[in-house]
Amino acid sequence: MASASRSDTIPPPARTERPVAVRAEGLTKRYGETVAVDDLSLDIYSGEVFGLLGPNGAGKTTTILMLLGLAEPTSGSASVDGMDPTRDPLRVKSRVGYLPDDVGFYENMSGRDNLRYTAALNRLPFTEGERRVEELLALVGLSDVGDHKVEGYSRGMRQRLGLADALVKRPSILILDEPTVNIDPEGVRELLELVDRLSDEQGVTVILSSHLLHQVEQVCDRIGIFVKGRLVALGTVEELATDLDQWVFSVGVDGIDDPATVLAGVAGVVDVRPADGRLVVVASRDVRSGVHRAVTDRGGYLTHLAREGADLDAIYHRHFHEPGESRG
Amino acid sequence: MTTATGPTTTPTTDGTTTGDDVALDTTYVDRSYRGGWRIIARKEFADHVCSIRFLILLVLVSLAGLAAVHSASGPIRDAADSATQTPSVFLLLFTLSPERVPAFHEFLGILGPLLGIAFGFDAINGERAQGTLPRLVAQPIHRDEVINGKFAAGISAIALALGCVIAIVSGYGAIRLGIGPTSGDVIRILAFYVVAIVYISLWLALALVLSVASRRAATAALAAIAIWLVLTLFAGLIAGVVADSLRSVPSDATTENVLDNARLELAVRRLSPDQLYKEATGVLLNPARQSTGILVLDEADLALPTTLPLDQSLSLAWWQLVTLVAGTVVLFAAAYVTFMRQEVRA
Repeated sequence: MASASRSDTIPPPARTERPVAVRAEGLTKRYGETVAVDDLSLDIYSGEVFGLLGPNGAGKTTTILMLLGLAEPTSGSASVDGMDPTRDPLRVKSRVGYLPDDVGFYENMSGRDNLRYTAALNRLPFTEGERRVEELLALVGLSDVGDHKVEGYSRGMRQRLGLADALVKRPSILILDEPTVNIDPEGVRELLELVDRLSDEQGVTVILSSHLLHQVEQVCDRIGIFVKGRLVALGTVEELATDLDQWVFSVGVDGIDDPATVLAGVAGVVDVRPADGRLVVVASRDVRSGVHRAVTDRGGYLTHLAREGADLDAIYHRHFHEPGESRG
Repeated sequence: MTTATGPTTTPTTDGTTTGDDVALDTTYVDRSYRGGWRIIARKEFADHVCSIRFLILLVLVSLAGLAAVHSASGPIRDAADSATQTPSVFLLLFTLSPERVPAFHEFLGILGPLLGIAFGFDAINGERAQGTLPRLVAQPIHRDEVINGKFAAGISAIALALGCVIAIVSGYGAIRLGIGPTSGDVIRILAFYVVAIVYISLWLALALVLSVASRRAATAALAAIAIWLVLTLFAGLIAGVVADSLRSVPSDATTENVLDNARLELAVRRLSPDQLYKEATGVLLNPARQSTGILVLDEADLALPTTLPLDQSLSLAWWQLVTLVAGTVVLFAAAYVTFMRQEVRA
């Protein structure tokens, strides 16, 4: 891809369709009555880092398994690198590196032998496999302990070994399921730096699932928020903040018995919740004048009124705490 | 078994860059992804053979076999001078059971299943418990290659262990008797070897079923051991009780009563693979034996004192052999289907 023909002199059009690495169309998975993934349609572009965010049980892992051809969609279809994972699972699996949630290794084997096994399963010729394993152990900083049995590895080491394992096959798409869970902040930083580097230097498409936005937002080009099997928001961090028309205010009120009810009555206010002795008001537009009038009309006064950054955490929390009951 | 360094048809990525950036190289090489089960089988076989389990069972079965052959060789030596006409003296080592020590093939019927259970009870649930299953099936292999490879590896490990045991035992017997097997004996021993592999593979398939069905390896192992106890050690007792209660033998019993009782007992006994194995190998290892059923003493005396060629011995035990093979296939199919229907993530 990177080495496109140089003789091609036609300049690229100003606005092109970006190449799509992964596409889901109406992807749905039901287990009996429960809907794990509900009508997911999504394009993930080649070379981007895509964050799949949502609480546990939101359908992130099920989506990933369908993309890998390891679970069959109830309806809808997926396309990975132009191939259908249900029809052509081997070719899809040969191009997609997967770091599963809570990755496991053969405990009685060394880290190096675990990677060698993966290289063999990917049919790497012996010498090439050996070289690849060495390179990857060096890349994730496990060369020194490569011959130790995995049973002695820490969680962070396992996670890095898992990343190396996912890279053995030289994937064009890398799927990391909750890679930052249960490792210390330093480990998270190292891991995400590696992911960033892979994406920048090699153009690997990365899909990264997490339930902790703040950990992954700096590496993600775009983010999709999953709640109860539905994609409720999609875009870059900035887009999500503005497109959702998310206005968040921090309000301090004195002189009124029940300020939360009063503020909730103001037109445009979506949610009011207490936070640190103040109130956080979430609104669909600028409601500062309305808030001011409502408070003064009842004889109270404002001690504080400020717009909070329309940060993603707030959006994220709104989706999590209001998981769509109002949809009816 | 060929190593991974065999002739590689895939061209190496020539001209790849050197140094650090190779590690991040994402050049995709289209490969043929057939035969993944062999890679899995190779790894599993190595695991089995290097395991403590393998060593313990090999020692256990070998010791039992040596004890059986040792106790059988005494009477054979004593009678050797007067029994020069006895055909296949060497094979008697495997079937003669004086002094209440079971014969070698009976010992193998009892202990052999442990080999099958040991190589299968944690095949699938072990992968689940370690969290390696999602990683494994995300590689370019078909899902069924996981269970196929494990079955193949188990059979190979069983074949290796049995081969060792039979070689050790035969060697010891040859030294004790001072004679070696004839070529006919060798062929019969090989036939016995194959039947024993099939019989133990049946237990391997059973263990695989349990390892797929049960989330915990310990549960699967206990269930397998329980089934083993019932079908091998207690089967005789159970068959006797069933026969006595349904076809009781009164004090003034006629021959017919006794025969009825014995026939029913044998029929119940044949529900156990152990019995089928014993009948089949008994016939294969003893060319003079002309029936797998019940022989009344008169008939036994009247039976022609000739020996059967191997194909006739085989035809005597054909349905036992077919049943053993069918049982193995059915059990493996059950494990296969259950595994294919399970979710990757449990």
